[in-house]
Amino acid sequence: MTAPAKFVGRSVPRLEDRPLLLGQGRFAADISFPGQWTMRVVRSAVAHGKIKSINAAAALKLPGVHAVWTADDVAHIPPIPFRLTGLKTLEPYRQPVLAKEVVRYVGEPVAVIFADEEYLAEDAAELVDVQIDPLRATLVCSDQPEFFDHVLSSEPGVIRKGYGDVEAAFRDAHAIVSLELSIGRHSGAPLETRGAIARYDEARDILEMHGAAKVPHWNRDTLAQMLGRKRESIQLFEGHVGGGFGIRGELYPEDILVCAAALKFRKPIKWIEDRREHLIAANHSREQQHKIRAAIDAQGHILGIDDEFFHDNGAYMRTHAATVPDLTAAMLPGPYVVPAYRAVGHIRLTNKTPCGTYRAPGRYESSFVRERLLDAIAGQVGVDKVEIRRRNLIGKSAMPYKLGLDTLGTHIVYDSGDYALLLDKALKSAGWDELQSALRKRRAAGEKVGAGVAMFVEKSGLGPFDTVRIEVKSDGSVEVVTGVASLGQGVETVVAQICADALGVNYSNIKVIHGQTDRIDKGMGAFASRVTVMCGEATRLAATKLRAELLEVAAGLMQSNADVLDLVGEQIVRRNFSSGPVLTLAELAREHAAPFSAEATFESAHMVYPYGVHIAAVRVDSDTGGITIERYAIAYDIGKAVNPKLVEGQIAGGLAQGLGGALFEEFLYDEHGEPLSVTFADYLMPTAHEIPELSILITEDAPSPLNPLGLKGAGEGGANPVGAAIASAIDDAIGRPGAVTRLPVSPQRLKALMAAR
Amino acid sequence: MSAKTDITLTINGRDHAIAVEPRRILADAIREDCGQTGTHIGCEHGICGSCTVIVDGEPVRSCLMFAVQAAGKKIRTVEGLADGDTLHPMQQAFMDNHGLQCGFCTPGFLMLAVGVLEREPDISDDDLLDVLSSNLCRCTGYQNIIKAVRAAAKAMRG
Repeated sequence: MTAPAKFVGRSVPRLEDRPLLLGQGRFAADISFPGQWTMRVVRSAVAHGKIKSINAAAALKLPGVHAVWTADDVAHIPPIPFRLTGLKTLEPYRQPVLAKEVVRYVGEPVAVIFADEEYLAEDAAELVDVQIDPLRATLVCSDQPEFFDHVLSSEPGVIRKGYGDVEAAFRDAHAIVSLELSIGRHSGAPLETRGAIARYDEARDILEMHGAAKVPHWNRDTLAQMLGRKRESIQLFEGHVGGGFGIRGELYPEDILVCAAALKFRKPIKWIEDRREHLIAANHSREQQHKIRAAIDAQGHILGIDDEFFHDNGAYMRTHAATVPDLTAAMLPGPYVVPAYRAVGHIRLTNKTPCGTYRAPGRYESSFVRERLLDAIAGQVGVDKVEIRRRNLIGKSAMPYKLGLDTLGTHIVYDSGDYALLLDKALKSAGWDELQSALRKRRAAGEKVGAGVAMFVEKSGLGPFDTVRIEVKSDGSVEVVTGVASLGQGVETVVAQICADALGVNYSNIKVIHGQTDRIDKGMGAFASRVTVMCGEATRLAATKLRAELLEVAAGLMQSNADVLDLVGEQIVRRNFSSGPVLTLAELAREHAAPFSAEATFESAHMVYPYGVHIAAVRVDSDTGGITIERYAIAYDIGKAVNPKLVEGQIAGGLAQGLGGALFEEFLYDEHGEPLSVTFADYLMPTAHEIPELSILITEDAPSPLNPLGLKGAGEGGANPVGAAIASAIDDAIGRPGAVTRLPVSPQRLKALMAAR
Repeated sequence: MSAKTDITLTINGRDHAIAVEPRRILADAIREDCGQTGTHIGCEHGICGSCTVIVDGEPVRSCLMFAVQAAGKKIRTVEGLADGDTLHPMQQAFMDNHGLQCGFCTPGFLMLAVGVLEREPDISDDDLLDVLSSNLCRCTGYQNIIKAVRAAAKAMRG
């Protein structure tokens, strides 16, 4: 028996907010240890070249500079291994901790300085003389593959996915629609840059790394393996984390370097990245070119899709290995019936910053491609863009729907969904019909205004497990210990809400511990919108167990029977009695010899699949190519919203990032591979001015059957189809179906498009 | 490297006697030399605004000011906003309106908004949007920040 829901489903205030508002957060740069040295990375200024010499003599002469390391000093440390989707063929392309013989992108670490403080370390870094013989830089991923080294090609692998008879579908097609589309190079660019502080405690033989994020347990195990230490002798600590978005918390060269140096020099070593470094050294993402074809019948039903794409992974394969192109291929079919499907994804290396995931990885890209295709099919058949989607949607009765594709080690089975219902709700809530007639009138009056729609299926709740331990402390407070992580999304609040209802206490009386490897042995971390689903259900299981134990012990003390007792608001009470003796949780905890504690693990072999609809209305300025978003509406079915306000927050934040990628943000390079987007003045993230007022409709029509609360994830649906919805709206505004083939649609590009008619 | 200069920084009414190089930026001095780490550094290029503090009544980016330039001036940082246990109306409004997620940009937004509203309590919505567009947030999508600042403006007018 569980208490009636009191916190799940309510927009209660966040437990995280107070220290952050008071300026009492503990971000990576806020952590310092007495006697620490600072580390500064000397980075390649050349995109591709052979290292001739590195001379650090002048740097070492500065008082307070203690050491300079190059590749030889870390020769015993292997390249950084893969965390996800690590195909064997990709292994020779892993990044070394410091460049050895060859540099492959501007920003690649070639040496590190260890000095008393950061200003001095920066001075010293400038005195390190790095001589490099330039080689030709590869910058276009769809060109013929080049050589990565003397032997290996710059195409480390090809992703192939599909099902059904694609040849037959195209042979029997009424018509074939073909498009060439590309997505720019973006990144999460959290406001807090990366940082890592390592120290070695000789007394306990423990290596600590602070500033961990996202996947502390995996990083602990990997650091142990790379540094040749027992994993029990390494502890990672997550403090506050200033945004994640996929990029932050992966294991990077700098993380390993601070740890290796702390062991070597027996000094705390602190490294805080600066913004320029972040934009050239931390993971990029998204850049792809697609050649996609659809076979359709006379009514525009899809008979088959055939996609070949080129994925620009930058200079090395980092921890995500083939994750992004794999997800691109696996999630491309989206919410539509696609009877035959083939995707061939070429993973290509170029002389740019290496890549990883960025919020809705592979889906931002494939949703752009798929939804552009749907618009083109609508044009081919002569029906409107809403109708063509309706005709192709997977029906509710087909759920659960086996897609016939795999990704992230799971079979894709859409667990639940009523896509047509959400489309209807989205159109109604956005006032689509009235919007259309208003836009028609304005277009007739000469304005360039238009609307777009895009649909998508998200994935979330990646397993394989999460474990949670819950304890009642002697003062009656409750502590939840989990191996997930927080990147600022509100994990503590959401987990506390779920625990509160299952246990029967107030959510604000619950402390949620995450990201501390010394507090729990195993953990999967925070990525793939997995935390609320996986950790949420593990929490519910552990709390249910703990509640039963508490009531059992209380029954003994109260000379009663556990099944007539209840735990409500930190008090044990008798059911159906309005008065009578009560026992507080604190009293119960004090009465009991051992602390009350329960642990539970939730295992799941399948992901859960939320879905959504985005609707955009834009105005285009004919003279400047400037784009104003007049309205934006998102409908999203989350199965069950634990905290609707936080779900909306996730969606609104995702939209802002999606709009950045659709309209403003892009890492550009000159013809030599010199990065041109190295400050926030070049890499243009949206400000308050660029983000429209947003209407969000959260529905709970399709709870997941894979967990009892029906939970699905919220993290990525705000970003997923934004490029697609905006492109569709711009086409409509300029009266040129299919005009937008490339993201971001900068004013210059749109002006050129309009001039080219 | 160059010789250090003795200066006194007055932060939230408290004097900090420190010795800094002339090139040391105010943000680093506040954080490292005075131990007030609530002021965050997001870009060091004067673009993101995470390091915004109030100097003699004006919101400034503390990464674009040298510590020596702030000597003798009244500096206010996020640590000085609350009154004991009671949050400043701006902090309360950010909490009430879910105006923060990761919280890294938040001190900068708080100081920007407080600085502007103290000077111009009846600022128009359009002007306020212009002001808030000078800082970057990567989590919230800004709408809740705008709502929070409008709510706080009302509360601060009383």
